Amino acid sequence: MPKRTDLKKIMIIGSGPIVIGQACEFDYSGSQACKALREEGYEVVLINSNPATIMTDPDLADRTYIEPVTPDIVEKILEIEKPDAVLPTVGGQTALNIALDLHGKGVFDRLGVELIGAGIESIKRAEDRELFKKAMIEIGLSVPDSGLASSEDEALAVLERIKLPIVIRPAFTLGGSGGNIVYNREEFIDLVVKGLDESPIGQVLLEESLIGWKEFELEVMRDKNDNVVIICSIENFDPMGVHTGDSITVAPQQTLTDKEYQNLRDMSIKIIRKIGVDTGGSNIQFAVDPENGRVMVIEMNPRVSRSSALASKATGFPIAKIAAKLAIGLTLDEIPNDITRETPASFEPTIDYVVVKVPRWAFEKFQGADTRLGTQMKSVGEAMSIGRTFKESLQKALRSLETERFGLGSDGSFKLDRVLGCPERERDEIIQRELLTPRENRIFYIKEAMRFGWDAERIRGLTGIDPWFLGQINDLVREEKSYYDEYASGGLECESVRRMKGLGYSDRQLAYMGNREDIDRLHGLGPAFQKECAITIKSREKSVREFRKKNGIVPGFRVVDTCGGEFEAFTPYYYSSYDGGDETRPSGKKKVMILGGGPNRIGQGIEFDYCCCHASFALRDEGIESIMVNSNPETVSTDYDTSDRLYFEPLTLEDILHIYEKEKPEGVIVQFGGQTPLRLANLLEENGVKILGTSPDSIDRAEDRKRFADVVRKAGLLQPDNGTAFTQEEAVRIATGIGYPVLVRPSYVLGGRAMAIIYDEGSLLEYIKTAAELSPEHPILVDDFLEDAIEIDVDAVSDGADVFIGAVMEHVEEAGVHSGDSACIIPPISITDEMIGKIKSSTISLAKELEVLGLLNIQFAIKEDDLYVIEVNPRASRTVPFVSKTIGVPLAKVAVKVMLGRKLKDMGLLEMKKLGFISVKEAVLPFNKFPGVDTLLSPEMRSTGEVMGISNDFGESFYKAELAAGDRLPVKGTVFLSINRRSKDELLGEVRSLHENGFRLVATEGTAIYYSERGIPCEKINKVSEGRPNIVDLVKNNEVNLIINTPTGRMSKDDAYVIRQTAIRYRIPLMTTVQASKASILGMLHIKKKVGFSLKPIQEYHKEVR
Amino acid sequence: MSQKAYLILEDGTEFEGEGFGGDSESIGEVVFNTSMSGYQEVLTDPSYNGQIVAMTYPMIGNYGVNGDDVESDRVQVAGFVVKEYCGSYSNFRATGSLADYLKASGMAAIQGIDTRMLTLHIRDKGALRGGIFFDRKGAVERLRAHPLMEGLDLASGISCGEPYEFGEKKRGPGVAVYDFGVKRNILRLLDSAGFNVRVYPAKTPLSETIKKGAKGIFLSNGPGDPDAVEYGRGLIRDIIKEGIPAFGICLGHQIMALGLGGKTYKLKFGHRGANQPVKNLITGRIEITSQNHGFAADYESLKAFPDVEVTHVNLNDGTVEGLRHKKFPVFSVQYHPEADPGPHDSRYLFDDFYRLVAGTA
Repeated sequence: MPKRTDLKKIMIIGSGPIVIGQACEFDYSGSQACKALREEGYEVVLINSNPATIMTDPDLADRTYIEPVTPDIVEKILEIEKPDAVLPTVGGQTALNIALDLHGKGVFDRLGVELIGAGIESIKRAEDRELFKKAMIEIGLSVPDSGLASSEDEALAVLERIKLPIVIRPAFTLGGSGGNIVYNREEFIDLVVKGLDESPIGQVLLEESLIGWKEFELEVMRDKNDNVVIICSIENFDPMGVHTGDSITVAPQQTLTDKEYQNLRDMSIKIIRKIGVDTGGSNIQFAVDPENGRVMVIEMNPRVSRSSALASKATGFPIAKIAAKLAIGLTLDEIPNDITRETPASFEPTIDYVVVKVPRWAFEKFQGADTRLGTQMKSVGEAMSIGRTFKESLQKALRSLETERFGLGSDGSFKLDRVLGCPERERDEIIQRELLTPRENRIFYIKEAMRFGWDAERIRGLTGIDPWFLGQINDLVREEKSYYDEYASGGLECESVRRMKGLGYSDRQLAYMGNREDIDRLHGLGPAFQKECAITIKSREKSVREFRKKNGIVPGFRVVDTCGGEFEAFTPYYYSSYDGGDETRPSGKKKVMILGGGPNRIGQGIEFDYCCCHASFALRDEGIESIMVNSNPETVSTDYDTSDRLYFEPLTLEDILHIYEKEKPEGVIVQFGGQTPLRLANLLEENGVKILGTSPDSIDRAEDRKRFADVVRKAGLLQPDNGTAFTQEEAVRIATGIGYPVLVRPSYVLGGRAMAIIYDEGSLLEYIKTAAELSPEHPILVDDFLEDAIEIDVDAVSDGADVFIGAVMEHVEEAGVHSGDSACIIPPISITDEMIGKIKSSTISLAKELEVLGLLNIQFAIKEDDLYVIEVNPRASRTVPFVSKTIGVPLAKVAVKVMLGRKLKDMGLLEMKKLGFISVKEAVLPFNKFPGVDTLLSPEMRSTGEVMGISNDFGESFYKAELAAGDRLPVKGTVFLSINRRSKDELLGEVRSLHENGFRLVATEGTAIYYSERGIPCEKINKVSEGRPNIVDLVKNNEVNLIINTPTGRMSKDDAYVIRQTAIRYRIPLMTTVQASKASILGMLHIKKKVGFSLKPIQEYHKEVR
Repeated sequence: MSQKAYLILEDGTEFEGEGFGGDSESIGEVVFNTSMSGYQEVLTDPSYNGQIVAMTYPMIGNYGVNGDDVESDRVQVAGFVVKEYCGSYSNFRATGSLADYLKASGMAAIQGIDTRMLTLHIRDKGALRGGIFFDRKGAVERLRAHPLMEGLDLASGISCGEPYEFGEKKRGPGVAVYDFGVKRNILRLLDSAGFNVRVYPAKTPLSETIKKGAKGIFLSNGPGDPDAVEYGRGLIRDIIKEGIPAFGICLGHQIMALGLGGKTYKLKFGHRGANQPVKNLITGRIEITSQNHGFAADYESLKAFPDVEVTHVNLNDGTVEGLRHKKFPVFSVQYHPEADPGPHDSRYLFDDFYRLVAGTA
């Protein structure tokens, strides 16, 4: 049957900013949906507040609203655009929740808009725990015993029925946020209260815990003719109890017989029919009792999900794209399988390899966070790998993580050795604890336990992990033992090296295992020998590589073809394996390789994937073949549609060289994938790889402090006083010389890792103790900290002759807050034209001095009319997509063309663009996932994502950005003020206007007195330490709508900390800097006066750019 | 240490691996199966008689073996080829390891083979004779001396020697199962559909089964070339003459096609797996099916018989997957509605057959 012709215009709801539990997989699914619908001739309207997405590129949809994804704004856009239908199933939980909300308000009925993909009834049946449970029971399936509660009393009533341990899941939250397992009554009450609070509908599900059961997921698709297919099965390495987003997972399932698997398949088909997802994909989770095979249905997502993105990459079956086509009435047999071309999409992919996904956490960024893994997702990204066997795939996945691991241990990382280098009894206690309580390194501890001779049964008892997986790890331990023996007797030998490579071992691991004694000895000599130790490992690694090459021990590349080799595949989607064959057919065409960014983590996210995709698009425009290398399954870059050839591989030197040597491209682009490829630039060049664009030497000149000081001097510019310290004494001397406060950090880091503002010597010594271990090969940098300076970011492209400045951005937060966590504005609002001129000319001189070819990002600070250069990054920055979306020029694409020899002059890009509007970027922080972590912004970046607000007024743009980031600033009500001495005066005007506009003001004593004395009525409220009722009581009673709390210089666990924690918990907008407070108040008053927002697609804004 | 072993094909292609099953060499037609689970069912499926099966899924042995997941009373394949054999198995139903199971059956099995390369080779060259050898000397000669699959009637050799009853006695009608190498799950499903199941040797005359009370005839799956099952055409003619309801699966379907006047041919490398899309032309629905066949009914040859209707087609390559007679109550499918291994989408056919026999269709 043909597609629907009664629909002309379809609106897609995007998922908004990247947050934990909802990441760039929804850019992947959304982009696919946009492309699929336009391919079928529909007009597409899109809303998404996240400028770093490919889907918000102006040419992906007909009309793209970069606006807050909230029900009221979606409603207004529906009124403006009057689409025939809305597709709510590709924008994660956010889009589904909005669909439910708008349906509840009768908006779809009123406007005559149809929901396609999943109807309201099926969304409700899948999302509402009680309805879901009822539906499952009706079709004869089991679900865990459970009950709903909307109050503490109701919860206690449920506790009478279900025995502990119990899982508490708040209804309608992201990534299982607020979910927990409780073992006793006291915990139960605490966490019920928390859960009720986290749920947007104030409801929790209390559920019998299935901790320790095996966990499986099936990805199901259905078309309107009721044809149902299973795309992929996934088995979790970590059993029930750890959120699937935090679990290591494997595809396909490994430990079920066909009978048991077919049983899950039958259940899945029944479930999708019962829930009534008419068309599209769903994800269904099952728990299986390892003792007897009893099955429970855990949940179903009636939409594409993180798992469906994984399943798409794992099988080569593009779920989101097909889901979009099914939504407009096509059937599975009418859609061709892109990979085989000749066979239809109405089949079930079969794979002849093993896929492993490993989550990436960022606990190091969140001091004080609970690092235990449980039912609430905490990881910020993931890496996927493909290998012919589980062992090969697991080791590849672990070395893809960018955690300085090169496989499952034995890689000279010494991370666990430090912990385990203690007497046996103590060591066993540590291992026991780490096995019992899942944390990020559990799999490494399992291996260590086996190495120390623990038997599988004991490990199984502590972890609940299926013996099959433990057997696989044990195989590796056994193979390592034989390798040690073989190496001891014969050194590197073809047979053993080939065997180990087949088991997924990296050259780094073989280098360590072959030279363990030397390396351990060097390591044991202490920090002074760390550099030598690292150099030794690297040189041994090189010997292994040379040995392999000499003996022809190199991997082959196999094709991901959806069919196990049964049909010819036309899509060049490859992975490497050491099992023999090679199926690549490198073309003789001109080609360029792009290195992606690897797993998402804080400081390195979707922005870099956006840039890599653009690199690929630019190559296509120029008629050059693009070769993408990446290991992140969530991304658009790992869509086989994005580049001419896709290699799903770890981004390590070894793996990249194999591809390079196979494909022999003209060169490699390293400046778009963030720190991951950049760190490899020098090594790649040493190995004969041609780096396109800015040379690795220039990159080094920008990164190396000494050489950089030279660059700045030559360019005739200023730099804050600074020095480089290799020892503790040196650091103290430099800091004293500069004068406190100073900004300190290790060199070569991204996202402000371990960056801190230090106010005295004591803190400096403390800092060195922890940070010196971070990067032994690199010293600590000490800079003069420019207090209260305005920070500026510039993104530009240089072609060697000319420099095109994309934008000058003014940060809202003052210097000292990491640029990734700071809001910023295009164009700047408080800088003179003269200063802008100075910024432009400084940018040009730095670009020329560094001989930049491609992208360039500079951070400046302005203090008292002086312009300081803070840092220069000759590479893609996090703000490239934001700038590109704002000015309507795709900077990354331009940069690639420049690298290929095109000139800016010929592209008409010389003068900075003038805008008729104001664009604000705001960071999105994950503090609601990490209770207890202080929310004060610092030089250490902690945001997971970003949003953009755009309008003709700064106040409105800022307000929109806050709203998009999740903070609805009040237009009336009560504002709580707790403002430090310095800032009281600065905020006087804003506080006065709040009063004049009818806001009630309450404040801590000092603040209240200050403003009352100046004629602004301000009620005093107790701090927590001053008795009750206090500010926390006020917040809990919903009497506060905005909190302005500026810190007093040093972080401490004081009253202010408690207030900030309360704000997070009760979702009260919180401003901790003067600048953000000013901007917020401006925005609030603007919205109050104007009543409502101006909404316009980005394509219209771009017409105003000159 | 494991024993070095070789998989050698008649064209001289050679793979080195390790033996993990029985220790005598074996020869057969080398085919690949793309099912990701269900190796025990595959091993015991009589249709694989005479064939060395390579699994495209690389890790085999994960869940061990058990006493239930068998399709006959012994290992039927002529040899088993995998990329990696997993000795440490895990499953609550497992009673032993796959290697021990194979050793006990004496069947040769080889691991460490690049099964993807093997698959691509077969896809390219078509199914080839091959063998698992522990001694390479003269291997290719021995392979070439081995008979080709075309023209081989393997069904007669594998059929039961004596008739037997299967399942519970019940009130339902009797079905006579012509055993060309029947899979046990077919018998289970006929039984649970409500039939009294009685299995007969392949060459039993129709009159005899009818005399014993059969109200419906079932033609089973089985190995070998359908065209070589010479008595098959006569059987179909008798069925038509009697007007007795009949249902065929796989080889039974091919025999049906031949008996109704059509032709069969050998596919280049066959369909073996659990993910084959089949469209039911009557309902328009798609069924994901389990398949295991190297021969197929020829679409063109059936067009000469307007009373024969093609009811199912394979969406991958358009081959005939099912047919029925417009005037007589007979139908058949090429694929395996009984699955095992594979999806259960087509189990309705057993109920259809029951209704046809019981006269309630």
